Amino acid sequence: MQLDLDRVSLHFGGVTALSEVSIQVKKGEIFAIIGPNGAGKTSLLNCISGLYRPSSGRIVFEGKDITHMSTHQRPLLGIARSFQNIELFSHMTVLENLMLGRHIKMKSGIVSGGLYWGKAQREEVMHREVVEDIIDFLEIENIRRKKVGTLAYGLQKRVELGRALALEPSLLLLDEPMAGMNSEEKEDMARFILDIAEEKGTTIILIEHDMGVVMDISDRVAVLDFGRKIAEGSPEEIQCNPKVIEAYLGEQVS
Amino acid sequence: MRLRNPFVMESGVFTTNYRDDMAFHFPVLAKIRVAVILLLLFLLPFFASTYFVSIANLAGIAVIGALGLNILTGFTGQISIGQGAFLGVGAYTAGFITAKLGLPFWLALPAAGFVTALVGAVFGVPSLRLKGLYLAIATLAAQVIIEFVIVHWETVTNGVHGMFLPAPGIFGYALDSDVSYYYLVLTACIIMTVFCFNLFRSRVGRAFIAIRDRDLAAEVMGIDLFRYKIYAFALSSFYVGIAGALWGHYLRIISPEHFTIGVSIQYLAMVIIGGLGSVMGSIYGAVFITLLPIVLRELSGLLANYLPNIEAVILGLKEAVFGITIIVFLIYEPEGLAKIWQNIKDYFKLWPFSY
Ligand SMILES: Nc1ncnc2c1ncn2[C@@H]1O[C@H](COP(=O)(O)OP(=O)(O)OP(=O)(O)O)[C@@H](O)[C@H]1O
Ligand SMILES: [Mg+2]
Repeated sequence: MQLDLDRVSLHFGGVTALSEVSIQVKKGEIFAIIGPNGAGKTSLLNCISGLYRPSSGRIVFEGKDITHMSTHQRPLLGIARSFQNIELFSHMTVLENLMLGRHIKMKSGIVSGGLYWGKAQREEVMHREVVEDIIDFLEIENIRRKKVGTLAYGLQKRVELGRALALEPSLLLLDEPMAGMNSEEKEDMARFILDIAEEKGTTIILIEHDMGVVMDISDRVAVLDFGRKIAEGSPEEIQCNPKVIEAYLGEQVS
Repeated sequence: MRLRNPFVMESGVFTTNYRDDMAFHFPVLAKIRVAVILLLLFLLPFFASTYFVSIANLAGIAVIGALGLNILTGFTGQISIGQGAFLGVGAYTAGFITAKLGLPFWLALPAAGFVTALVGAVFGVPSLRLKGLYLAIATLAAQVIIEFVIVHWETVTNGVHGMFLPAPGIFGYALDSDVSYYYLVLTACIIMTVFCFNLFRSRVGRAFIAIRDRDLAAEVMGIDLFRYKIYAFALSSFYVGIAGALWGHYLRIISPEHFTIGVSIQYLAMVIIGGLGSVMGSIYGAVFITLLPIVLRELSGLLANYLPNIEAVILGLKEAVFGITIIVFLIYEPEGLAKIWQNIKDYFKLWPFSY
C-alpha cells in the first residue's frame, strides 16, 4: 500500500468531519472519493496534504507515518494537490505558477537568485524546460504568459493541475478537478488524468461529483457520508450498493 | 492524439531559447532609454547645483530604504511599521563602527546591513502567527523597543545627545562632498535595484510573492512559510540597514529623532504611492515623497511674493497634503505611480489610435 489511512477522525468543535475513516490506496491506481455535500471529502484530502491534523488515527505514506508531519514537508515525499476552490497565485503568469511548482526541486537562494549569475540562471533554464513540457502536455501553450487571474475557470483548473504536476508527485490529490466545466473540458481533464496515471504511474486520489466520469476513469471508489466511509469497491460494485443509493437519495429528498 | 511524457527530459539537447526568452527582454528602444537614464544620472553633478545633488542623495537613500520595505510589505505581504527604527539600527551600527571603533566605512556599511538583517529577522518571528493589523502592531512594538534602546543604550549611541559621524572614506578617498557622496549612493542604488529585479524573477522572490498571494497554496508547494517570512524580514532589513548607514554618514549626525514612527509612515507612503510589489514603484515613490516637501516649500516661497502669509499656511498644510496624497492613491490608484506610468506608456503605444 502506498497510502494507508487508519481510523482517521477529525472534529471541529462539535462537528465531526471525519469519523474513523480507513482507506488504503495502491500505487498507481486512480482512487475516487464520492459523497454528498459536506460528507468530509475535502477534509480527508486536507488531512493527507497536511492542512488539517486528524484528531485521532494514523496516516502512513510509503511506510512513513506522516500524521503529524508539517505541511510543507509533504511535497518532498511526493504529495501534491489541487484545490476545490482554485488556489492559484492569481497575480502571476501561468509560467510563474508552474515554476512555483518546481520550488522544491530547485536550490538557488537569495544571493544567487539576486545575482542571477551562472548557477541560478542555469537552474531557471533547466526547470523552465520541465515546465514547458507540462505546458505542452496540458495544451496550454497559448496562455503561458497570461496572468492566471484573467483566465476562464476551466483553464484555471487546468493550470492548477499543471502546477501540481510540476512537483513530479507520486501521489496526486485532486479536489473536484472538473467542477464547473462543460463536457468537452471534462473530457480533456479525464484524458489528462488517465495519461498521468498511465505514463508516470502516479497514484491519483480524486474527488468528483460527476458519476459518469468517476465510473469511467477510477479503479476503485470510496463513498463518504456524514464523515463515515459507507462503502468501497470497484465502480460497478458501488453503483449497485444499496447504502450508496440511499445516501444519494437521502440527499435528493432533503 | 499526441502524447508526451512531461517528466522525461531529452538529454544532450541544449537549447538556449529559454534562456534568451528569460533574459530581460528589452526592446532596443527600452535599452536605449535605460542607457540614457543611467548616463544622465552619472552626469547629473556636472550640470546640477549642489543643492539639487544633495536632494538626489536623499532621494537615492530613500530608494534603497523603500526597496527594502517593498520587499517585505509589497512583495511578501507582511506589513511593517518599524522601518524608522530599522533605519536607526543601520545608522547606529555603522556609526558605532566608524565613530567609536574607528574602523573604515567600507566595513561599516555591510556590517550595518547584516546587523539590521539579524534584528529584522528576530522581530519577524511573530509574523508566523500574526497577520495584517496584528502584525502591524507587533512591528510597532519593534519600533518602540528599538527607539527605547537607542535612547537608553548611551555607551553605544550617546542617547539623546546623538552621535557625530566622520565623513566616510573609501580606499583613502574621503567622500565628504555632496558630489562624491552622490556617486556612492548612485552605485549602491543601482546594485540594489538590479539585485531586487533579479530576485523576483527567481526562486526565492517567487516564493515571497506566493506567500503574499496565497499562503496555503505556497505551503502545499513545499514552501516553509516561517523560514521564508524570516528571509523576507532579514533581506528587507538588510536593505533598510544599508539605507540607514548611508543616511547617517550623509547627515554626519544622528540622534533618536531621526528614526521615529513618523519616518516609518513616510516610507509606507513611498511604497503605497509608488506601487506595492513593484521595484520601479519603490523608486518613483521614494523620489516623490522626498521631493514633496521641497516642492511645497518652493511653491510657498514663490507665492509669498503675492500672498505674504501663504508660507505659514502651506507649511502647516504639509502634513495634511502628505496624508491626503496617500488616501487619494489608496482610493484611486492602489497600484501607485508605477501603474500610472504603465498606463501612460500603454496609451502612447497605441497613439495616435488610442481611444
Ligand atoms: N475549517 C473548518 N472549520 C469548521 N468546520 C469545517 C471546516 N472544514 C470543514 N468543516 C466541516 O466539516 C464537514 C465536512 O466538510 P468538507 O468540506 O470536508 O465536505 P466535502 O465532502 O468536501 O463537501 P463538498 O462536496 O461540499 O465539497 C462540513 O460539515 C464542514 O462544515
Ligand atoms: Mg469539498
